[in-house]
Amino acid sequence: MIRVVLPQHLRTLAGVDSEVELEVPEPTQRSVLDALEARYPVLRGTIRDHGTAKRRDFIRFFACGQDITLESADEPLPEAVSSGAEVFRVVAAMAGG
Amino acid sequence: MSGVRLLVGTRKGAFILTSDGTRDDWDVQGPLFAGWEMYHLNGSPADPDRLYASQSTGWHGQVVQRSDDGGNNWETVGNEFAYDGVPGTHQWYDGTQHPWEFARVWHLEPSHDDPDTVFAGVEDAALFRSTDGGQTWQELSGLRGHPSGENWQPGAGGLCLHTILIHPDDPKRMVIAISAAGVFRTEDGGETWIPSNKGLRSRELPDEEREVGHCVHNLAMNPSRPDTVFMQKHWHVMRSDDGAESWEKVSGNLPSDFGFPVAVHAHEPDTIYVVPIESDSEHVPPEGKLRVYRSRTGGNEWEALTNGLPQEHCYVNVLRDAMSVDTLDPGGVYFGTTGGQVYASPDGGDSWTAIVHDLPAVLSVEAQTLS
Repeated sequence: MIRVVLPQHLRTLAGVDSEVELEVPEPTQRSVLDALEARYPVLRGTIRDHGTAKRRDFIRFFACGQDITLESADEPLPEAVSSGAEVFRVVAAMAGG
Repeated sequence: MSGVRLLVGTRKGAFILTSDGTRDDWDVQGPLFAGWEMYHLNGSPADPDRLYASQSTGWHGQVVQRSDDGGNNWETVGNEFAYDGVPGTHQWYDGTQHPWEFARVWHLEPSHDDPDTVFAGVEDAALFRSTDGGQTWQELSGLRGHPSGENWQPGAGGLCLHTILIHPDDPKRMVIAISAAGVFRTEDGGETWIPSNKGLRSRELPDEEREVGHCVHNLAMNPSRPDTVFMQKHWHVMRSDDGAESWEKVSGNLPSDFGFPVAVHAHEPDTIYVVPIESDSEHVPPEGKLRVYRSRTGGNEWEALTNGLPQEHCYVNVLRDAMSVDTLDPGGVYFGTTGGQVYASPDGGDSWTAIVHDLPAVLSVEAQTLS
């Protein structure tokens, strides 16, 4: 079970409170986001672009206190995230002053 | 009983202001979608309770919302605006070629007779249509595919398609405006488009009278006289009497003919409204006085409307989609400012009252007349 934490605007959009729990057999950035968008289609296009699946510029991904944004989208996530001990965090970067 | 509903988009959410036909007391609902930029909300003429809203942020991109009950409940609908085919390039600020990239929806224009059909004007400039209530969007790519497309260049706010006028009797006839490409019209429902900028002169251009490249800020038309179209251009207020084919300048005695919105009275097709702004480098009202100017002669002869508007120390702007009219009698006029005020005039501009003073910067105001 994967625990995903979304930024506030996306929680509102998806109608969820704090964490989202997903079953993802082989969790990677890509597979977790695929599962997230499948569960909540309103999030399509808000984290990754439609079509290209390119990460939006001001979105970053954190796991176990580390910024894993630039790692391969197909790299397995840390064991602590896969086991649900730690969360996979989608972060809206601080920008705009 | 008749009433008015104002759909107000701001930098930080949407607000719905409602009143009965007296337009004296207003109920304020909101913020809806707090924290999001709400570029535009609009209602279907065929079903006033069907609303569409453009919601976006720099972080999460574009979202489109739909309401079927006048704004009490909303449903997130489709947000995939995919350009048709290989998008190609347009001209960038520095004159180089730049890929077409979708940024946001500036304007939503529902069909006159079908609540499920709605047009979206977007940045980078293109026209999209949905026929399923906003669930899916298809580009009318004949516009962006016009041979002049690769020469279109963004204005300061981006390369945005911001105005969509649908002919009241023939929905295949539409006029749209792009900053800073100009006006285009179609007579076949959007398959083919004709640049419609004859008579526009832009002194910023090396060739003042070129076919495209004009920074048109807004268009307005009274449905009872659809071939007469009014324009607020970057500089100059213009008028067309041949369905936007050609234009003549009607700035007349305006203190400045720079500005953003233009509106036409619902029952008097020669009564028009603009808000003069000092210049393109200042973007504030001349002399710190917020004045709506009204012409009852279709331009050239203008009177300042000041009753109820601040006449000193006022340095707000009124953006292109932030003025609207209702269809009651007497006709009402409304506008919102970058300072967060929404002003209402129930008497055609003779007197004004601020419905609200302190909203976030207002991006758009649409008036719905309710029966």
